[in-house]
Amino acid sequence: MNWLVQNLGLVGELLLVHLALSVPAIILSFVIAIPIGYLAHRQRWARGVLLTLCGVLYAIPSLALFIALPAITGFGIRSPLNLVVALTLYGIAVMVRTAADAFDAVSPDTRLAATAMGYSAAGRFWAVELPLAGPVLLAGLRVVIVSTVSLVTVGAVIGVQSLGSLFTDGFQRGIVAEIVTGIVATMVLALVLDALSVLAGRLLLPWARRAAPGRRSSSQAAPIEAGEPA
Amino acid sequence: MIEFRGVTKQYPDGTVAVGGVDLVVPPRTTTVLVGTSGSGKTTLLRMINRMVDPTDGAVLIDGTDVATVDPVRLRRSIGYVMQNSGLLPHRTVLDNVMTVPLLKGTRRQTARARAMELLETVGLDASLAQKYPAQLSGGQQQRVGVARGLAADPNILLMDEPFGAVDPLVRQELQQELRRLQRELGKTVVFVTHDIDEAFLLGDQVVLLRTGGRVVQSGEPAEFLASPADDFVSGFVGADRGRRRLRLEEVGGRRVVVDEDGRPAGVLEP
Repeated sequence: MNWLVQNLGLVGELLLVHLALSVPAIILSFVIAIPIGYLAHRQRWARGVLLTLCGVLYAIPSLALFIALPAITGFGIRSPLNLVVALTLYGIAVMVRTAADAFDAVSPDTRLAATAMGYSAAGRFWAVELPLAGPVLLAGLRVVIVSTVSLVTVGAVIGVQSLGSLFTDGFQRGIVAEIVTGIVATMVLALVLDALSVLAGRLLLPWARRAAPGRRSSSQAAPIEAGEPA
Repeated sequence: MIEFRGVTKQYPDGTVAVGGVDLVVPPRTTTVLVGTSGSGKTTLLRMINRMVDPTDGAVLIDGTDVATVDPVRLRRSIGYVMQNSGLLPHRTVLDNVMTVPLLKGTRRQTARARAMELLETVGLDASLAQKYPAQLSGGQQQRVGVARGLAADPNILLMDEPFGAVDPLVRQELQQELRRLQRELGKTVVFVTHDIDEAFLLGDQVVLLRTGGRVVQSGEPAEFLASPADDFVSGFVGADRGRRRLRLEEVGGRRVVVDEDGRPAGVLEP
């Protein structure tokens, strides 16, 4: 505890740096994965290719990706941008499959009804398919949040500052409190961002919770159901 | 008036869903397309609002070939009611009913007033307006579906087995409501069902289709019983079974109509 009190300023600063690295990666991967997931949902042939690519991408060891990526992007190895690009790639790898599943989960009846009412293809996507994919997209986003916040710490090994620097520094100097602080702070950050995303979901998808308990028969319908002829 | 001229729909694999249909749907009447599954009745219905385009022939609305009309604009001008309501689960009942008018650019306030009015017309309490579809019973959802189909005040209303998934008592209630609505509103209704009783109950004109999308017989309901075109027709309408063969019996001085098995169907008015 003593160590934490004495280094509160440092921890706070690293927390902000950690946020600055993870939040852009989370948002970018979410936004980029949605159109890719939609394509995988619409085109059978694209689905297999895209989902396999994402699986392979996720299998690349993070340290190797951090080091190899500058050759493609031109950013320095220690540049925060390099880390954000790598984290975004991992986020996309996780999110695309969920996004494809999310669009698959939209009922064909609902899609048909939207078309029949006179939605254009684009209008239907924004007004019907995207919001209805929301609950599953949110579930995917939550995984991306937690995995990204945790992955940021690996950057400390190649010298990109974050809460992960508390473990590398703590290991080198043998300060257990510093290591524990790094772990706990990372977890707390992940949990707080996760909670925020859940809260955003409640605000943006109010129908999802009301629909969840299943069909609630109204008082008007009850006697009719009871009176159904045998 | 809707007119089908030699309309065919053949899929790339060779399956013929609709095979050379010629048909006229008179305005302000109800035409029921009836047939078993695979008879192309839904495909035929969806050709009217271009959800399906024919591979041959043409569909005309008031003399205009629908193929020349932008499908999105066309669909906004035609009401559509489907099985399982097809309501948008993420929108309230009111928002669902307002959907098409808002797509057409109606002002929100006007659309809202009209939607509230329509909920009343289809027999729904105003308190349901802010509920989500999942909070309604199946019958209530279908009523909302009908209100939504009527919201933009279309001349044509397409109904694809709208009462197929609700229980029999609610179905009867909804059928009667539709008859009442149709008397009040006088839309050109094209209604798809596989239930011949429903077809006879609702149709001014009944069109019986069979596999491969061919019209076997069309005309007023009574014609199907009086002069069925062939054995398929008499089989489908049940004329060859006891149910449609009624006879009179004296019971307690009154004349009762019974079917072939002696089950009562009603009394004969003097």
